[in-house]
Amino acid sequence: MHPAASVIIFTSLSGLGFGLMFFLGLGKPDVSGGSAFVFFCIAYALAVGGLLASTFHLGNPQRAMKAFSQWRTSWLSREGVVAVAALLAMGVYAALLIFVGIRVAPLGWLGSALSITAVYCTSMIYGQLKTVPRWNMTTTPILFLLYALSGGALLAAQLPFALLLLAILTLVQILSWMLGDLSFALAGHNIETATGLGHLGKVRLLESPHSGENYLTREMVHVIGRKHSFKLRVIAALCLGVIPVVLLGLFQINHLSALLIIALHVIGLFTSRWLFFAEAEHVVGLYYDKR
Amino acid sequence: MTDLPTSTTKKLGLVIDLDICVGCHACVINCKEWNTSNYGAPLSDIDAYGSNPVGTFLNRIHTYEVKSDDKLAQTVHFPKSCLHCEDAPCVTVCPTGASYKRSEDGIVLVNESDCIGCGLCAWACPYGARELDAAEGVMKKCTLCVDRIYNENLPEIDREPACVRTCPANARHFGDFADPESDVSRMSAARGGMQLMPQQDTKPVNRYLPPRPKADIQTDGDIDILAPFLEPVAETPKGLLGWLDKALEAL
Repeated sequence: MHPAASVIIFTSLSGLGFGLMFFLGLGKPDVSGGSAFVFFCIAYALAVGGLLASTFHLGNPQRAMKAFSQWRTSWLSREGVVAVAALLAMGVYAALLIFVGIRVAPLGWLGSALSITAVYCTSMIYGQLKTVPRWNMTTTPILFLLYALSGGALLAAQLPFALLLLAILTLVQILSWMLGDLSFALAGHNIETATGLGHLGKVRLLESPHSGENYLTREMVHVIGRKHSFKLRVIAALCLGVIPVVLLGLFQINHLSALLIIALHVIGLFTSRWLFFAEAEHVVGLYYDKR
Repeated sequence: MTDLPTSTTKKLGLVIDLDICVGCHACVINCKEWNTSNYGAPLSDIDAYGSNPVGTFLNRIHTYEVKSDDKLAQTVHFPKSCLHCEDAPCVTVCPTGASYKRSEDGIVLVNESDCIGCGLCAWACPYGARELDAAEGVMKKCTLCVDRIYNENLPEIDREPACVRTCPANARHFGDFADPESDVSRMSAARGGMQLMPQQDTKPVNRYLPPRPKADIQTDGDIDILAPFLEPVAETPKGLLGWLDKALEAL
């Protein structure tokens, strides 16, 4: 799949933002006044920034409001509805906490639940697609939730949680890369099954429908850039989890080193999210004899 | 709403005969012509006369070579357009309700004024039947020429999809698969009409008729079984031509 900047930024940043909100809603850290204001500003900037970035890949973003209507069947619509509900609930909770000095705990819990549900909905936009076997696995929602929770714990300065979650995340991410490599073959698709001509022999594309590219090949048959995927996986694993876990485990963390760890984690997050799209193979590629 | 209808009264769709299709692309051209000048946003071409032209098409022909070890390779032209699936995944993923499947005839359509151009339906389709138009930013797909098949302004003979109407080889047929006595149902039953990618559980309505087995003419060193008929009739020229031949040889 084409690794578009808008969807990489959307999934990465909104995940981080909602992950931070999850912890803020639970009262971890137990902040109020000015420091609460800063924490909530960061969470909203990430979540809202990510959601806005997602509108950049729309052909007609002026009609985006219509996307809240089909929550009964569409994960994309559910994601929009739940994200807005989370932002509203957390907004009221944050306003009371910052300006009135009252912590309405149940409202915070509701906000936390909605935040993490929004991340789950985001993951299911991809996880539901049978056409992309690498995404259509249970590891997809688990990974998205782990990314949000571990990044959120890091941003919320919940270091023991962060250490544990980052270690689990790194292991699950590596496992999911390995399972993902098998997924296309396990789904049982090849050019013979796609064309239904396998009973006649070995099939290959003799002539493409057109001499150039088209929307499908640009969007769904992204083969360039996978060449370095192993190196990128190593870089991603080191940055998003391995180095932060070592630093968190061995050293006393101050503000500066926390910033360094967060920066490393975000680099790892963006790298792995780029791979999530670039390595995903859509079954339509079979008709073009490409994957 | 993007809920799928539990059942449809009719199941309109196409039979595509892979044995007959000659790969002339006439259906591609007539589809583009009809659908660019009638219902909905036109099917745009970008950089049409430049070095990297791309365009929106609702129907495309792939050409495959199929080869088994003991036989000669054969060419199969493979037209591909929307299969109007009963369990259309492109419909249920749509966040705005722009994508829908009609309960009366099963045609899958896009309401372009509701489409935000997110592209998720195209991702959900295993067949590559949907293309986002680069100029309009809305999703385009085969409408089964819904503006022809019920159009009483057209002569009755033209009330079928443009691709079917134009096919010079009669490789494409249009009809109702809900009626077991319809031409398309009987054709599909007789020839083992197949669904594409049944593992995707989309229950496509369109059927593909597989190529008939080729008469397997293999010879032992001879060029062709017709070769005896092509043997030269006159081995050596006689008469005036014979004399001329000899005279010219002698020169």
